[in-house]
Amino acid sequence: MLDQQYEVKSSVRTIPPPPAVSSLEIESMDYSDSTLQSQPGVSGKPKLRVEGFNFYYGPVQALFKVDMEIPEHQVTAFIGPSGCGKSTLLRCMNRLNDLIEGARHEGNILIDNMDIFNPLIDITDLRKRVGMVFQKSNPFPKSIHENVAYGPRLQGLKNRTVLEEIVERSLRGAGLWEEVKDRLNKSALGLSGGQQQRLCIARALAVKPDVLLMDEPCSALDPIATGIIEELLFSLKKELTVVIVTHNMQQAARVSDCTAFMYLGRLIEFGRTKQLFTNPSNKQTEDYITGRFG
Amino acid sequence: MKQWIRQFMASGELFIWGCGAGLSLSLLMIGGLLALILMNGFGYFWPADLVELTLKDGKHVIGQLAGEEIGPKGIPRIRVKIGNRDLYGLDYRWINTDQITERVQPSDLVMVERREWGNFYGRLLTITKEDQPIAEGAEAVWQALPTLIRQAEGNEAESLYTVLVADANGREKSIGLSQVVRVLRPNDLSMWAKLWVYAGNVWMVLTTEPREANTEGGIFPAIFGTVMMVMIMSLIVTPFGVIGALYLREYARQGVIVRTVRIAVNNLAGVPSIVFGVFGLGFFVYGVGGTIDALFFSDRLPTPTFGTGGILWASLTLALLTVPVVIVATEEGLAAVPREYREGSIGLGATKWETIWKVVLPTALPGILTGLILAMARAAGEVAPLMLTGVVKLAPALPIDWTWPFLHLDRKFMHLGFHIYDVGFQSPNVEAAKPMVYVTTLVLILVVVALNLTGIVLRNRMRRKYAGSAV
Repeated sequence: MLDQQYEVKSSVRTIPPPPAVSSLEIESMDYSDSTLQSQPGVSGKPKLRVEGFNFYYGPVQALFKVDMEIPEHQVTAFIGPSGCGKSTLLRCMNRLNDLIEGARHEGNILIDNMDIFNPLIDITDLRKRVGMVFQKSNPFPKSIHENVAYGPRLQGLKNRTVLEEIVERSLRGAGLWEEVKDRLNKSALGLSGGQQQRLCIARALAVKPDVLLMDEPCSALDPIATGIIEELLFSLKKELTVVIVTHNMQQAARVSDCTAFMYLGRLIEFGRTKQLFTNPSNKQTEDYITGRFG
Repeated sequence: MKQWIRQFMASGELFIWGCGAGLSLSLLMIGGLLALILMNGFGYFWPADLVELTLKDGKHVIGQLAGEEIGPKGIPRIRVKIGNRDLYGLDYRWINTDQITERVQPSDLVMVERREWGNFYGRLLTITKEDQPIAEGAEAVWQALPTLIRQAEGNEAESLYTVLVADANGREKSIGLSQVVRVLRPNDLSMWAKLWVYAGNVWMVLTTEPREANTEGGIFPAIFGTVMMVMIMSLIVTPFGVIGALYLREYARQGVIVRTVRIAVNNLAGVPSIVFGVFGLGFFVYGVGGTIDALFFSDRLPTPTFGTGGILWASLTLALLTVPVVIVATEEGLAAVPREYREGSIGLGATKWETIWKVVLPTALPGILTGLILAMARAAGEVAPLMLTGVVKLAPALPIDWTWPFLHLDRKFMHLGFHIYDVGFQSPNVEAAKPMVYVTTLVLILVVVALNLTGIVLRNRMRRKYAGSAV
């Protein structure tokens, strides 16, 4: 029902997103049209659209005129040196930055053509649609079951059997079910680091989001746990759209379909991952991925 | 040399030794104080042997040894608890050892525990019923006494039976059996029997009401009053402290005003407790209590119902006194909750309140309990404000009983801390009351320890529940 409304809205919308001021360069080097649909590389229906987005922490500007369209059912990676604004942009996508005092923005972010900053939308609804997995795994100090059931419970779900189904489905979705099915009532903090991170993914999946935002989800994990989560991403993208921030360029190359390179708060280049890594069109991108700076 | 001193200072060695010495000193002092209280407190229950001393002037003294020292002229002297307050007026007597010619422990000496005048030490003579002797001679009387005392216990008004006893020098004294709690022959008791008496004494002190201006008997009403007052105080202070801390930490805009409020709250903990007592008297007792009386109990005026000190007002006053402790500890606990928890919860669509209620507060619970434990310890030991808001020296009617409405928050109550002050410094016979002071102190310490242990066990359980225990 809601989706249909968005469809209607999108058909009415005639103004194309403003052209990118920052060097949004996509495969074909066609600067005249920045919408992805027209790009042979980044194909697919756009799920998230960032339009001329500026973001400020008090007097400090963190993002400068970012424009991008993130395709549905694909993994999009944000790469770039520390402090380039990748995490800020990611956290804006479910308005987590609202919590920060003095933060403000200009421009729009649209999910399915719905403006997430529209004062009429329910922010908790938005956060249910756009799940988040953090850099530091943060399971609540509760049992494994309670962690996963937390989101559905917030929505008022009380039926035990339904909750148990959701917990099992989410844990399976996060590839954790087999490991924890016998200890669902034990504290989540007893799990290993990788398991905790997958539990956080399961917790996010339990509210059935359309988009999963991951902020360096593997930065504290060993290579094996990282591998498990990377494999997970392949199965997750069938169900939802994944945006992942990573410092690890090999990881971005391995898991993502599209990659955005950001630098100093600007989006430098955005395109198919293969293209960006093998044949970057921008000098800065090339320098970064070859390790000359950053 | 100079170089060496410099190096020594720089190494921090001096600092470490200084800290160690300071800590050891305070531990020693605390340990000494505890040892003193424990020794004197636990010693009180022991049925010590009775000695009969013969002095140079031919007089006899019967009593329990209660310490010795070197007297003023370098002559060693012993302190004897001679009892028989009705005959001698004093409970204790110093006797120079060079005055003693003989020291024996005959097994027929008895200790008669009475409801008035303290213990009687001496020998049994006869039992009479309405002036008719029914048992004569020490052995016969000793055999007959236990059953008769048990009979007399039921109907105290009837003192048909009287026991005639004699002190060390043969001075006779007749005691109505209803006045007798029990008769012991300490010298005749085996070790096990003494232990049994000891246990009985402990039980008696813990469960019975005081006698003789609080210097004898038990302290049960005071224990009950203390525990109940602390419980009510905890019930009041926890929600207020937690709500206050939640607002200060989570909702208020951090700025000059909040900082000022925080400083004010911290300073509140330093206000002398008597000031809280005066405030409690003026605000709770006269203000709130007086208004309640005027509105709901006007038929009983001018006799106040709530407009006078009571356990509720005392608890409220102590809650005010301890609320800063809870606020500070809760704030610390809230600040220690990782930001990741909040973000994780909000990222799942929880509102701020849901996040606080379901994630932040449970995680901060151990910290909150720490605050509560500190508050309880403080409240249990506080006396001054209570004296103005509801503590009395004798209140055998407990705040809980079987008459409607069962919980009598308007009642005055007894408190161990005040009991110490009252027994130790307000009683007519301070010397005789001294052991009771030690016992009360010991019990107060044990009550505080017990309350704290409950809190600590609860906190550890929370910690285990909310923090990660592997597998």
